[in-house]
Amino acid sequence: MVFKNKLNCFRQTFCLIFLLFLSGYTVNAQEDLLSLLEEEPTVNYTSAAFKTNRVINLHSIEHTAKGVLDFKISHRFGFLNGGFYELFGLDNASIRLGLDYGITDRIQIGWGRSSFEKTYDGYAKLKLLRQSTGARKMPISASIFGSMAVQTLRWPNPDRENLFTSRLYYTTQVIIGSKINDNLSLQVSPTLVHRNLVATTAVSNDVYAIGFAGRVKITSRLAINAEYIFVLPDQISPDYRNSISLGIDLETGGHVFQLHFTNSTSMIEKGFITETVGNWADGGVHFGFNVSRVFTVVKPKFD
Amino acid sequence: MNFMKIKILAAAILMISAFSVDAQRYFTREAKIDFISDAPMEQIEAHNSSATTVLDISNGQLEFAVLIKAFLFEKALMQEHFNENYMESDKFPKANFKGNIQNPEAVKWGVDGTYPIEVSGKMTIHGVTRDVTAPGTIVISGGAVSASSSFAIAVADYDIEIPSVVREKIAKEVAINVNVNFQELK
Repeated sequence: MVFKNKLNCFRQTFCLIFLLFLSGYTVNAQEDLLSLLEEEPTVNYTSAAFKTNRVINLHSIEHTAKGVLDFKISHRFGFLNGGFYELFGLDNASIRLGLDYGITDRIQIGWGRSSFEKTYDGYAKLKLLRQSTGARKMPISASIFGSMAVQTLRWPNPDRENLFTSRLYYTTQVIIGSKINDNLSLQVSPTLVHRNLVATTAVSNDVYAIGFAGRVKITSRLAINAEYIFVLPDQISPDYRNSISLGIDLETGGHVFQLHFTNSTSMIEKGFITETVGNWADGGVHFGFNVSRVFTVVKPKFD
Repeated sequence: MNFMKIKILAAAILMISAFSVDAQRYFTREAKIDFISDAPMEQIEAHNSSATTVLDISNGQLEFAVLIKAFLFEKALMQEHFNENYMESDKFPKANFKGNIQNPEAVKWGVDGTYPIEVSGKMTIHGVTRDVTAPGTIVISGGAVSASSSFAIAVADYDIEIPSVVREKIAKEVAINVNVNFQELK
């Protein structure tokens, strides 16, 4: 009886030692170590649907990053159909100097001054949705944009009672866009422009329009942009046309150069949406550019 | 009775060994990887503090997975260019390293101290895999395992193109610093 017990003990000990060897063996085997960890789901936010926060005239779905100040110099020369006498428009220029700033990655504000009708403008742009893949899938990005513009030309009739509020213009816009793939980005911008004072009762103070814009990326540093703004009928004088613009983005380090042709003279919403006079068919087109230079004002913190 | 003792002893050894099996592997999801490009006209730094790594001390096997979009730059535009134009992060979201400590016997894992090591293996960046060897240090302090390494890689080795306009601003060789505080993998 005692003997039998001893044998049992032997067996068990043996068994344990064998297990011990086995455990040592598995440890030494080479395997895919990272697969031991569960993959942590990450959200991959889509970036750079457009190269800057403007397509051409329209605001793009992109925002200025947090703590970054973007200084923009925008230029539109005269109409090409001015011919050789006007050196195809180069004798005249309309300019807007602007600053864009990212308070957060989702809130952008800006200010600008246009020579066209001596207009000051200020805006805020708030990102509502961010396109993403991975743990959270969102096919589109969306922002809401609001701006106010003050036209400061001298009153044409200083003798009558002129109200400051007559100088004001408001724009509200929803920007919905998607980077379809690496090369193609599209966006649509339903817009309402409100003019406090209009020339006649025949035109409306509120103007509804829809902007369409797209980008085709040719190389990592070159892209083609196009935009078209459709103003819904019977709101503005028939002398005004829909804005059509075509251009390229060129990127060189800290600068983005946007070179384009557009039939709009103004570079702010109330102007290029409701007061575009150029006609592409007879050369009523401006050559123009936007130059963007960014400065990091608030440096991000790293741990 | 004697056999009983042996049995208990064997069970104890097994338990200890089972415990040490647990302590054979270390990992973290918060490894720090920095790189510095020191070019004549511009110094660029980027920081990543969410690299994943696993170390098996029984055989010195070491792996890293690094999310490229998790590199943070001081300038947002640089970060965008890094992901869009150079690393093509949507196409190649992660960089990987799979290799071994070449001299695992040089490290006394149970004893506090600083041990120089050499690591070699295969590094994949931008979809291109290269053999790399780098010096490093393992520090054991109060049972905690940490590791660091500094080495340089040539940008051209990984098919990352630098256009001529920024050639003075981006270094051909980028210095990489790795700092890991391991946790036990249970």
